[in-house]
Amino acid sequence: MAYSVSTQTPASRIAAIAGAVLILVLIALPFIAGRSTIRDMFFILTMLVLAQFWNLLAGYGGLVSIGQQAFVGAGAYALFGTVILWGVDPVPAILFCGIAALVIAVPTAFFAFRLNGAYFAIGTWVIAEVVRLLVSQWKTLGGGTGTSLPRDATGDMWFVGAIETALGVRTAAARDILAYWLALALALATIGGIYWLLRTRRGLALAAVRDNVEAAKSVGVDAGRMKWIVFLTSAFGTGLAGGLIYLQKARISPDAAFSVTDWTAYVIFIVVIGGIGTIEGPIVGVLVFFALQSLLADFGSWYLMTLGVLAIIIMLVAPRGLWGLLSARTGLHLFPIRRRLSGGTTEQRETP
Amino acid sequence: MIWVDTILQGILLGGLYALFAAGLSLVFGIMRLVNLAHGDLIVMGAYLILLLVTLLGLSPFLAALIAMPVMFLLGWALQKFLLNRTLGDDILPPLLVTFGLSIALQNALLETFSADSQRLPTDALTTASLQMGPISLGVMPLLTFASAVAVILGLNQLFYRTELGRAFRATSDDPVTAGLMGIKPANIFATATGIALVIVTIAALYLGLRANFDPNIGPARLIYAFEAVIIGGLGSLWGTLAGGIIIGVAQTLGAAINPEWQILSGHIAFLLVLLVRPRGLFPRAHD
Repeated sequence: MAYSVSTQTPASRIAAIAGAVLILVLIALPFIAGRSTIRDMFFILTMLVLAQFWNLLAGYGGLVSIGQQAFVGAGAYALFGTVILWGVDPVPAILFCGIAALVIAVPTAFFAFRLNGAYFAIGTWVIAEVVRLLVSQWKTLGGGTGTSLPRDATGDMWFVGAIETALGVRTAAARDILAYWLALALALATIGGIYWLLRTRRGLALAAVRDNVEAAKSVGVDAGRMKWIVFLTSAFGTGLAGGLIYLQKARISPDAAFSVTDWTAYVIFIVVIGGIGTIEGPIVGVLVFFALQSLLADFGSWYLMTLGVLAIIIMLVAPRGLWGLLSARTGLHLFPIRRRLSGGTTEQRETP
Repeated sequence: MIWVDTILQGILLGGLYALFAAGLSLVFGIMRLVNLAHGDLIVMGAYLILLLVTLLGLSPFLAALIAMPVMFLLGWALQKFLLNRTLGDDILPPLLVTFGLSIALQNALLETFSADSQRLPTDALTTASLQMGPISLGVMPLLTFASAVAVILGLNQLFYRTELGRAFRATSDDPVTAGLMGIKPANIFATATGIALVIVTIAALYLGLRANFDPNIGPARLIYAFEAVIIGGLGSLWGTLAGGIIIGVAQTLGAAINPEWQILSGHIAFLLVLLVRPRGLFPRAHD
């Protein structure tokens, strides 16, 4: 064997081991941490999922969407609909959330793909507004004022009883722990899934389309199909996250579930600050975002203003975000997707 | 007869939306930049006029006249020192920078002027209406529509009759070649955004005279403006007016059926046009 192509680096192997330890700690967290920590971690993990999917869309797919709240809201309302109208248990109902988001995503893509670049961005926003206004008309789910999950549905949820007895906590705390574990599972599946996708042939095609559409088409990549795959995948994942977020909140209204600030602006800032176009970026970004929120939460609108200005500065000074700065200085990649040729008699060279 | 009245009101409302959209259309036509903070800039213009009215006791029209050069300079500086740095092949920087600007501006207004809704003071003239047979038309909506037509006429004159307009068109077609002919694209872009903000000031005047405004209404104005531009077809100013009218008529018709459907029917009209004519009704530009 003379040559080998690998994507691993020594740093990525160390990161994999550290990651495994971190995952074990995160799984065990409810045994050692209090309820407020679990709630904070739930927030971080669900924002991370939203950020990873927006990053897949914008950073890898080149599709800048300002309409992700359509999928969060669709997922959230699907959860409330299936639980309240059909009496489904909330935990399996989360799957419907992803499906509902997909159902919304197909016509959205049909319309929005007729628009390019910046117009695509506002187009997705218009469609999210249309979905919000339509849902506000849905009187059985509370219309414009919204509704709550019935108490007996959330109390008898799958696993809640088992968590109560195993950890010796009350129902409300057990629900938070369940939501946390589901969010952790979703976040790990999201990061793992996106990493896997980027390392497959499809991922290579996606990177090619991002770097140069014409060149990618000339070697046989179907750019239009890649856009559909990325858009539908991220809608599905965003819908799941939306359902999960509102499972924990247990109270919904159209204005909150379809909020452009909460589900798209924050998410964009997380990705831009952390570093767009990398898997590490949203992870760094969500930690910075949470730290800023804890520091500045009492200052209300100053906080959002700071985020906006910070995003502008980062975009101008370091368009690849904080992780991009670090990665450029140190050459560090925790989730390497670049293929490297090594071994044999030739010198070891990095392909650009 | 009530339908004729509703449609007429819709057409006049379309004038306001065309005023929202004209600045967006101008900037996009020249530098292919979509300013996501456009709606928030309109709201900021309305607050600037309100500030001049309350501090100096001027009439809103005079205050808008004073606000115009201020807004021009602001637009010029915004383009020269911030937005010009984002222009290039990559679509991400301009989008994300203007989105950040939109959120920052919205919250700066919220911090300065609070969330209370405001209105520019109206006098007898602005609340008067003209009786035309069975239909009565407000003087204010008529004035808005006339201003929209005047702005579009003026922009067309500027584009096709002046040296600056020639520079605009040349830079729009090919900034590099225009640069070889002695035009500085960076300055042309800055002037264009300055002019766009003068139009924004006019839009802000009518926004504030006709209805209440607060710091959060910017994004919705951006969406209406955007819909008008897309319906009209990119690069066509008269198309933008037609787009505004279509949104306005759809909204008033929707509201006549059920008040909750006003905004929704505007959006649906936009989606229908997008379905039938993806490039708008009067397309000119090719991107």
